[in-house]
Amino acid sequence: MIAINNYLALASILFVIGIFGVFLNKKNIIIILMSIELMLLAVNINLVAFSTYLNDITGQVFSLLVLTVAAAEAAIGLAILVIYFRNKGSIAVEDITEMKG
Amino acid sequence: MNLLIFTPVLPEIAITIVSMFLLIIGVFKKNEKTYSTISNLAILSLLVVLFLIFSGSVPKGVSFGGSLITDSFSLYLKTLILTSSIIILIVSNIYLRNINLLKFEYIILVLLSVVGMMIMVSSNDLISLYLSIELQSLPLYVLASIRNKSSKSTESGLKYFVLGALSSCILLYGLSLIYGYTGSIYYNEIASNLSEYDVGILIGVAFTLAGFAFKISAVPFHMWTPDVYEGSPTTVTAFFAVAPKIAALGLIVRILITAMPNLIADWQSILILLSIFSMLLGAFSAIGQRNLKRLLAYSSISHMGFALMGVINGSFDGVRSLSLYMLIYLVMSLALFISIIALKTNDEHIENIEDISGLAKINPVMALIISILLFSLAGIPPLAGFFAKFYVLYAAIDAKLYYLAIFGVLSSVISAFYYLRIIKVMYFEESAISFDPISKRLKTIIYLLTAITLLFFLRPSIFINFAGTASASLFI
Repeated sequence: MIAINNYLALASILFVIGIFGVFLNKKNIIIILMSIELMLLAVNINLVAFSTYLNDITGQVFSLLVLTVAAAEAAIGLAILVIYFRNKGSIAVEDITEMKG
Repeated sequence: MNLLIFTPVLPEIAITIVSMFLLIIGVFKKNEKTYSTISNLAILSLLVVLFLIFSGSVPKGVSFGGSLITDSFSLYLKTLILTSSIIILIVSNIYLRNINLLKFEYIILVLLSVVGMMIMVSSNDLISLYLSIELQSLPLYVLASIRNKSSKSTESGLKYFVLGALSSCILLYGLSLIYGYTGSIYYNEIASNLSEYDVGILIGVAFTLAGFAFKISAVPFHMWTPDVYEGSPTTVTAFFAVAPKIAALGLIVRILITAMPNLIADWQSILILLSIFSMLLGAFSAIGQRNLKRLLAYSSISHMGFALMGVINGSFDGVRSLSLYMLIYLVMSLALFISIIALKTNDEHIENIEDISGLAKINPVMALIISILLFSLAGIPPLAGFFAKFYVLYAAIDAKLYYLAIFGVLSSVISAFYYLRIIKVMYFEESAISFDPISKRLKTIIYLLTAITLLFFLRPSIFINFAGTASASLFI
């Protein structure tokens, strides 16, 4: 039996990697989408670990709903990315600078 | 607990079914008239729902086993959300025709987002909270980029999506910690299990509040606001400025007051920082702006700082002042956005402050109305905006947070500078541009909203009692 602390530590590490992936990457928006997905999965580890620890099914139900929402979010994100690419011809993060101030 | 109680959430169910139905109509009957048919049907159904809520036919109580709660507070916020979305849909009809963007999907997206907001204000557990926030924001990402041939609009949609998704993740991480350390997702059970002091809970609350701050664009989570406001079509901007913020503030109030009353000392300090920084940054950054929509974005950041002041005390008076603030903010900012939408030169909608220079000579009525609205936003008596600010400042002083009130007054003075600058440009600068005539429907809406702003002081008790009965339901 692995103690719950380990799961929480793993989830928090993955979550922080996700945040850094969003902010430090200069190349590609797809990487941002992947990082967001990673963060959502880190939360899922948290929820499932708590659910097993507390012996309460709610956390697992929550994690299934999070998975569903993540899929919808990725679909919408990619759709917006496609129309953005049609207009600009690039998805590099440095190029998203039309509006500033 | 009976799981099969549907009547308290009948408004949401009705709007969902209507939006599905309209989507089917839109897909199978594609011609020039589709947009106006669907728009009229949507406005009609929202009006019916608004009437049902207003007449008190929606029963109060919990549904879905305690996941959703319908009380006076959520009904009050639903009234505000529905009113603003009805006005937005009416205005969109005219605006989208002008910019040649008559897509029926626009209306469906607005309706779905309204359903999300209505569930947000009545959510009573963490799952319904998260799902409703997502249901509200996913259509908004698409709405921001609905002008898919314009690079500005798609860029704003992309920015909104990335930062919105990030904020949802942060919020969700906080929610998972709250669930783990209290062992429940229901607000009332969280409140009773919170008594044991734990670091995990504090981290959870901090993450949750950061996620909420993104949604209401409070500093330091405001970066997306000016860009998204500038890039989106103006009706969408007006919608962003009002409805989602009302819903998110309602959500914050409910979760803080009903689920975390024991932790007031902890979330109070976070909210004080958010409030002070929002008010000051909103006031200072708007000074250098030339684009009207960006300026209003910063002004809305500042107003959110003021509104947050109402929650800080966690008292009935504070929540009442916040409810009143949301009502008055809705009226003022919708009226100002619609006035901007109404002004056109040679079929081009105005964007910058210079574009309205000399408006007072060409269209004195509109110039007067815009001045009244700007004075009201600046909080000058006896206009409605003064009362909004007065009551939240009163709540802050009541909580013995004098420095917070001082910062509020200071930022109000600073922001008066850029509001007054627009008035100066309208009245004292020359311009050769002519303005196109304004359509009757827009005029009626603008006059009505301005009249409320102007005449609020005659009978403030009507609105205050309305907000008071709503807030009282949180403190039983």
